[in-house]
Amino acid sequence: MSNNQEDSLYNFKIVQWFTFCAVLYLLVGTFVGLYIAAELAWPFLNFDIPYLTFGRLRPLHTNAVIFAFGGCVLMASSHYIVQRTCAVRIWSDKLAWFTFTTWNIVIVSAVITLPLGLTQGKEYAELEWPIDILIAVSWLSYLFNFVMTLANRKVSHIYVANWFFLAMMVMITYLHVVNSLAIPVGLFKSYSIFSGVHDAMIQWWYGHNAVGFFLTAGFLGIMYYFIPKQAGRPIFSYRLSVVHFWALTFGYVWLGSHHLQYTALPDWAGSLGAAVSLAMIIPSWGGAVNGLFTLSGAWHKLRTDYVLRFLIMAVAFYAMSTFEGPLMSIRTVNALSHYTDWTIGHVHSGALGWVAMVGIGAIYHLIPVLWNTKMYSENLINVHFWMATIGTVIYICAMWVSGIMQGLMWRAYDEQGSLLYTFAESVEAMHPYYALRVLGGLVFVGGVALMFFNMIMTIKNSGQTAEATEGGR
Amino acid sequence: MSTNTENETFQQKLEKNVVALTLVLALVLSIGGIVMIVPLFYLDNTLESSEKFPELEGVRPYTALELAGRDVYLREGCYLCHSQMIRPFRDEKERYGHYSLAVESKYDHPHQWGSKRTGPDLARVGGKYSDEWHYEHLEDPRSVVPESVMPRYRWLKKAEVNGEQIKSNMNGMKIIGVPYSDKDIENAPNDVNGKTELEALVAYLQVLGTMIKFEEGKDYRD
Repeated sequence: MSNNQEDSLYNFKIVQWFTFCAVLYLLVGTFVGLYIAAELAWPFLNFDIPYLTFGRLRPLHTNAVIFAFGGCVLMASSHYIVQRTCAVRIWSDKLAWFTFTTWNIVIVSAVITLPLGLTQGKEYAELEWPIDILIAVSWLSYLFNFVMTLANRKVSHIYVANWFFLAMMVMITYLHVVNSLAIPVGLFKSYSIFSGVHDAMIQWWYGHNAVGFFLTAGFLGIMYYFIPKQAGRPIFSYRLSVVHFWALTFGYVWLGSHHLQYTALPDWAGSLGAAVSLAMIIPSWGGAVNGLFTLSGAWHKLRTDYVLRFLIMAVAFYAMSTFEGPLMSIRTVNALSHYTDWTIGHVHSGALGWVAMVGIGAIYHLIPVLWNTKMYSENLINVHFWMATIGTVIYICAMWVSGIMQGLMWRAYDEQGSLLYTFAESVEAMHPYYALRVLGGLVFVGGVALMFFNMIMTIKNSGQTAEATEGGR
Repeated sequence: MSTNTENETFQQKLEKNVVALTLVLALVLSIGGIVMIVPLFYLDNTLESSEKFPELEGVRPYTALELAGRDVYLREGCYLCHSQMIRPFRDEKERYGHYSLAVESKYDHPHQWGSKRTGPDLARVGGKYSDEWHYEHLEDPRSVVPESVMPRYRWLKKAEVNGEQIKSNMNGMKIIGVPYSDKDIENAPNDVNGKTELEALVAYLQVLGTMIKFEEGKDYRD
């Protein structure tokens, strides 16, 4: 396999740039997360500066890790995978650069506007309307280029990873357009056209499916290409991938209302969402089994292949958090877990354990291929693997304890039948766990910093920067 | 799901036809959202009936000053740590008050139900503390609640509410269905004249959960 031929056939430069940005944004996004975690443990860190307060930086953290890191790693890997599995160059280089440029303008706009307090006030969809329009344009250019590349393919079947990417692209278009409908009342101020209970349902249909499609379907696409590739073995079961793909795409969409149990949302909606949530454990584990069993007969590779470790650990976390999610949607469990740190822990076992780890594994696979070299340090990858794993475990354990403790303290009664704790006492009890979370986050972010260093040194040693590879080597 | 050979044939066809695959996905992906969302706009019982419970008529749009305060609440991201949705549990009733009704947030664009209680629920914080308590609390939360981890919001008392902006905001709200009268909108700049963002925010907090005079023993959710 000659790299010269590949360079002229495929557009790897776009993949290089998305990959570089993904690592940079992972570092920035997790660092902001670490900082706001520290603010909850030590509130003086807000420094009475509006732009640094938890309420303004938290949307920056979520947008940076989901849309900046997540978006770039999805765009890097999907642009790579679609070319490789279709044996054809991306349909339009220009459109690919348009996607890259507009997506990064969105990210820079988010970094500027969110600390300024310019927000729509909808969780995970805070960006104001002009940026929302740019997101839609960027996303549609991405979708169109992807579909056209699939249409141009030189192989007869569309590979399974691409089904997942396509499902993500279609669903995110729906979600973003509907949830962002708003009436502008100024250049950077608008109100959602939906209100109250309707807005809540639409918001969580959006919120849960941003998780379900952006962070699950898209990253399953990554799994379906990079695990077989890294392990050198075919996917465990084609049939399983078909079944779990359609079950996941059909079923995930129903789950949003499990975020609204016992609220003013009508019971039928909450219960329906919770029932489908329980059923979703089957397609979710279908995907996890398919990923893990691809390693059947090749488990020994985990001893030497650090990249494979990331990918497999990610699938293990995926299986764990897709078990935890349905559990938390059971009404009696939800009554305890809702509004507590348990939710935050659950999100991070998915976000750090699954999304970040599978993305990091894919990037470690991509960097040597894209820059046609070896990684600067294999040992650093191994150190990063352990830091990512240990950091994640510390984080989620701290949040399990604090979440369950909060839930129990809020509902605890004394012998006379009055509430045992004030709310403030529950806040005070959280302090050690918030500090422990900072430690977990610090270990995780430290690992990401090593990755960034490793990537920079690798690119440097490859004798060329990303800019210098124009037109192939 | 697809277990027989007939379905697999369909699957095979989809795998070879990107347009068909995209269209089938577009259809499959739309169903759940339509089933979960659309009925909420048509079913009468989504919002509690004010015919049955006249006291629900008390829910009104926010005044200019309250709306200005709500904008501050959104801007500062208060919803990320404070919910505004009390669940029908004994402990929540004792801690926060009557469970929240859907009608209470019918003029909330967007809703502020929240998903996390790093701080307490605020759905019925109105009238619970004095204005002076709120001023002091926002100036320095730990001076009144030593365990608090809330940031200090010291810039609010220095910033004046922009009357013209509020007028334009109310106009926008009116377009999407909030029943403001022309007079409400016309008077808005006057109503907020000289008020600080701190006063606006406290006006908003003080109205939360107070619009309905609940009657004991009534079940509003049947």
